[in-house]
Amino acid sequence: MRRLVKLALQKPELASAMLLVLLVLLFQIRSNGIFLSINNVRGILGLLPETALAAVGVTLLMICGEFDLSVGSVFALMPMSVAVLTVAGWPFWLAMLAGVALCAAIGFINGWITIRFEIPSFITTLGMLFMARSMTVVISGGFPPRIKPGEVPSWIFVGFVDGGGVIRASVIWFVVIAVLISLLLTKTNFGNWVRATGGYLPAAAAMGIPSGRVKIACFMICSVLAGLAGTIQSLRLNSFLPSIGEGMELQAVAAAVIGGTSLGGGVGSIVGGLIGATLIRVIDNGMVMSQIDANWFKFAVGALTIFAVVGNAWLRRRGRAMKVETHTK
Amino acid sequence: MTTPIIETRDLHKWYSGVHALKGVSLKVEKGEALGLVGDNGAGKSTLINILSGLHRQDQGEILLDGKQVDIRNPKDSMRLGIETIYQYNSMVPLMTISRNVFVGREPLKWSIGGFGILDEKKMRDDSVKAIADVDLHLRSPDALVGELSGGQRQGVAIARAMHFKSKVMILDEPTNHLSVKETSKVIGFVKGLKAQGVTSIFISHNMHHVFACCDRIVAMALGQIVLDKPVSETSIEEVSEKL
Repeated sequence: MRRLVKLALQKPELASAMLLVLLVLLFQIRSNGIFLSINNVRGILGLLPETALAAVGVTLLMICGEFDLSVGSVFALMPMSVAVLTVAGWPFWLAMLAGVALCAAIGFINGWITIRFEIPSFITTLGMLFMARSMTVVISGGFPPRIKPGEVPSWIFVGFVDGGGVIRASVIWFVVIAVLISLLLTKTNFGNWVRATGGYLPAAAAMGIPSGRVKIACFMICSVLAGLAGTIQSLRLNSFLPSIGEGMELQAVAAAVIGGTSLGGGVGSIVGGLIGATLIRVIDNGMVMSQIDANWFKFAVGALTIFAVVGNAWLRRRGRAMKVETHTK
Repeated sequence: MTTPIIETRDLHKWYSGVHALKGVSLKVEKGEALGLVGDNGAGKSTLINILSGLHRQDQGEILLDGKQVDIRNPKDSMRLGIETIYQYNSMVPLMTISRNVFVGREPLKWSIGGFGILDEKKMRDDSVKAIADVDLHLRSPDALVGELSGGQRQGVAIARAMHFKSKVMILDEPTNHLSVKETSKVIGFVKGLKAQGVTSIFISHNMHHVFACCDRIVAMALGQIVLDKPVSETSIEEVSEKL
């Protein structure tokens, strides 16, 4: 029993999961029951997969010990390139493929430069933040491309899948992808290498793990997920704007950190990133529903980020301090 | 005389202009426990890093069982049967014991192109067995390595090396930062290796530890071997003088 409590305390996502339940209850009461109404849940579920997909990628990358500030820009770049290519007459799926390839290439460049020149990924991806944003504006030509509703099969990504019109296809996409990434991290040898690389690089290197390549792969996954998230948002709104996703990079980092992922690498879980992303969305929406001035939203996310890190560190220390037998003799 | 299990011929290594290894030729016999001593900067770690694949020699050859080998990275070294245990004990503190034992060499249920699903049951069972084989008794393979004491961690590292059937085990200052009690435990592990027919190279700058568990002493100073004698024919005083 003590052992179970100890394990639970050391789970970094525990604190944020409890907070999430608490906040949902609080908002439900404060909004007189509107918060969990069908219409509002639809609104939250529309936005959630977009933030959360980006957060999943960033979480994976942070566990690997690296960092990506360019996700917000890639979030805008992929839908813009897909739209521009579609308008130019490419078939939609070919344009999607090109968009994914472009994101993968950006992730590769982020990773390769970071590894090859041994510079902090903070710098590499800060550079990419500006470059990818600039590319988005350049390829749009200054005018958002116009795609008529029905011209692209957006229902595959954002159409409602249930009769009641609450759950969009994007939720399914997101759940499937999140489960796959989570399995990749926990059940495969690649996941073991990711944790070892982020957890203690000299040990990973000494055991012959190709840490450089593992990191590059994580950068690529991160960029592709950010691009997909942006594409889903653009298809949902049916407008392709070069300005979407600004500030998203920090929200994604906040989501990962709130969910218990450590900036130092090695610690964290995909579930934690999801809880973090959900918390951010719930706060955003719940504050409006409870008629709190929405300008406090960023304040709340900021405070939560700090609180989560302090709280997690405290819980982990308490967990570690609990004495259980590791010896039999 | 039999073929040495490991032999180096005239190894040289320069680090950005510093001549760290100046022609080291060394033979280690099968089943031998070799103690490698020397002050900081004497070239011990450089020699070991070349054998374990972390660095490559600039000049010279390495022979394993009489055959010339090319050690380009740690994987090559492990494939050849050389396992290295570092003073910082090449373990990830935030990962479990079973995951650490198999990190980089995970047993897979199925795989495509080297990637696949972990066989977690085998990892748990085998790590429990491997740890018990070195006479270390830990309750659960799911405990985090970070929760173990320094001596226990070195025990797990040695268990890992034994599990992968190493021919030569290199222990790079395994007793650093350990308490007296833990140190004697680690020295016990090293003595156990000899009984199992594993050749070991034990690096330390603590003479007493080396004399406690080795058959032969090699001393290095300024990138060269300055003394090479069986333990019975030398003394701590003589070795100290050479350094």
